Amino acid sequence: MGDIRVMREDMRPPAPPPRRHLISIEHLTREDVERLLGTARSFARSLEREMKKLPTLRGRTIVNMFYESSTRTSSSFELAAKRLSADTISIKAAGSSVDKGESLKDTALTLGAYDPDVIVIRHPQIGAPELVARYTSAHIVNAGDGKHQHPTQALLDLYTIQDELGKIEGLHIAIVGDVLHSRVARSNIQALKLLGARVTLVGPPSLIPRGIEEMGCGVSTDIRSIAAADVVYVLRMQRERMQEGANYVPSLREYTARWGVTPERLRPGQKVMHPGPMNRGVEIDPRVADAEDALIEVQVRAGLVVRMAVLYDLLTGGPVGVQVLETTEVA
Amino acid sequence: MLFSKPTPKESLVVKGARVLDPAEGVDGVLDVRVDNGVVAEVGTVLQANGHRVIEAGGLLLAPAFVDPHVHLRTPGREDEETIESGTKAAAAGGFCAILGMPNTDPVVDSAAVLGALVERAREGAEIPVGFLAAITKGQEGGELTEMAELADAGAVGFSDDGVPVASPGLMRRALQYNAVTGRRLALHCEEPTLSRGGQVHEGPVSAELGFAGYPAVAESVMVERDLALAAYEGQPLHLLHLSARESVDALRAALAEGVEATAEVTPHHLCLTDDAVRSLDSNVKMNPPLRSGEDRSALIEGLKDGTIGAIATDHAPHARHEKEVPFEAAPFGVTGLETAFAALHTHLVEPGLLPLETLVERMSAGAARAYGLDAPRIAVGAPANLVLLDPAASWRVSEDSFRSRSANSWLLGQTLQGQVRMTVADGRVVHE
Repeated sequence: MGDIRVMREDMRPPAPPPRRHLISIEHLTREDVERLLGTARSFARSLEREMKKLPTLRGRTIVNMFYESSTRTSSSFELAAKRLSADTISIKAAGSSVDKGESLKDTALTLGAYDPDVIVIRHPQIGAPELVARYTSAHIVNAGDGKHQHPTQALLDLYTIQDELGKIEGLHIAIVGDVLHSRVARSNIQALKLLGARVTLVGPPSLIPRGIEEMGCGVSTDIRSIAAADVVYVLRMQRERMQEGANYVPSLREYTARWGVTPERLRPGQKVMHPGPMNRGVEIDPRVADAEDALIEVQVRAGLVVRMAVLYDLLTGGPVGVQVLETTEVA
Repeated sequence: MLFSKPTPKESLVVKGARVLDPAEGVDGVLDVRVDNGVVAEVGTVLQANGHRVIEAGGLLLAPAFVDPHVHLRTPGREDEETIESGTKAAAAGGFCAILGMPNTDPVVDSAAVLGALVERAREGAEIPVGFLAAITKGQEGGELTEMAELADAGAVGFSDDGVPVASPGLMRRALQYNAVTGRRLALHCEEPTLSRGGQVHEGPVSAELGFAGYPAVAESVMVERDLALAAYEGQPLHLLHLSARESVDALRAALAEGVEATAEVTPHHLCLTDDAVRSLDSNVKMNPPLRSGEDRSALIEGLKDGTIGAIATDHAPHARHEKEVPFEAAPFGVTGLETAFAALHTHLVEPGLLPLETLVERMSAGAARAYGLDAPRIAVGAPANLVLLDPAASWRVSEDSFRSRSANSWLLGQTLQGQVRMTVADGRVVHE
């Protein structure tokens, strides 16, 4: 009897749930974040088993569109999808129709024709995930858009901090370096504030965007102020985003001398994080990067389970406050 | 200096509208009779004289509008706009005259290119249109164009709009030469090393979204430079699309010292702030960018006290596929001819931020004054340049409603209050 019932249920066209995306931390509530972190923790436990693959997303299709080079984000999204038994397609800008001048809209329409359940997109331009959301019916996960947002990085950073320090609420995090060009910084400021941490940005004045204190963080140009923090979060010097001749800093040498994170500038026991890839000897001293208090590899491991949690959460529904886009919205 | 296709003049009587011409001191429920394209009588209960009668009770009759800043995209991008489609759009927006900017492909920097435009306007312009020519050859900021010849060929003014005249030395030469041409220099004020790469106004919104900032000071230092040069040379100038509080302050101070300057502001800078870019909609991307609430208030204040005398749409059509890209990849510019009055009526007049009289004056006489054109007037003996408006009508802005070849409007989907019912340009009904 039970079987018949299930079949009937299955034959009924399912009511379409509101399409949910993860584009910006701004669209999440504290409850969303806590639920995602909880889901990630249960995946971490399941990965301790010998059989690491879960059948949860069997039959689902996940497309990874990477328009920028990436090692950890693209590999962890791909592995996350595979651990959940989803089918994955990975598109890289180089070697695809993008090389032939295809517009993002047309690429989105093309890939959308396969009815993917999720499109994960990394793109050098702000607003690319919104655009793809407009032209496909997939759930969109932003894996980094220009200098705007990198929400899964912020979630994995929260996961790491929670795991290592036991809490986030009330902690003081110093984010050091090139905030101006950093999507990681923007997502992290919002995520840390959402969970009740205090954030101070530290770096050269030319790399701290004017007006950012209105996001609710402190700003300092003095590297000594990192000593007061529980966690020092070091940003990469984004040399590839430095416009030629813009002179944000006179030289990398001067940057390192003034703002490089060295053992001398840290308190014993202070945790150090970095989103990678690191420029050893520029923003971070190799001794700091290799020290026991550095959580850099922990972050990478957290990336896998957090991205599994995000895919799971988007596809299995649940009353989540992740952004709902009007499908009728016109560009 | 204005050109349009030859058309027969019309005769008509508009009855019972509120007739409002602030410049002429007219405001009352009156009839207006037009004989053969010329305003013949303004009074109560006029005889129709066999003319076509337009019953206009409850409507507003004002001098038609003048738009001193339009991109007609011809020559070069006729897929985006033509003289014909642009002037039809203008007619639908209540305009009786518009001025086209020279940043076309090729740039209007020679009498030959200008001559071809004039010819096309005489064949197909629905309403009178004037053309500005470039200040520098190719708008490259290197050498002056042959301005005297261009003036003789019908240039209504000169501008490198789209880019600034970066070199102060060259700007000074252009001002000196202005004494020969007698035509306005219209300046796009942007210090390129300060605005470089900038996508949106620099401030808390750009900081949060991660956009490269285009600071207000990039405009205002150039405004100050050009006003100082104009004062030194004793020559007039016109400032295009002001967006920053500091620019308005600098202009007000210069006017008080006797510098002969005019300025314009766009509907989008008057209605929106940089908060709008949070939508990441490429139809709120323009140069200069939308700025802070403080800047917006200063622009409204400047418009009210007359520091800024003209409203200009900076109508900048773009092909759909060029705007359907991520915000950062999209070109700057939005359309505005067909929505200017309704947008400003909805966002400024209705909420009590700007008197209707001021709006009408700045969209008609004020705009004409900037280039020394005859102001549209509702006065006996003046050519009939009239717009009949329905301040109570509300309508939804949609792509289908546009005569323009492009639809990159920031108002798509919005419901606006205030609609153009009829436009009379140079004695002919061009829209109803």
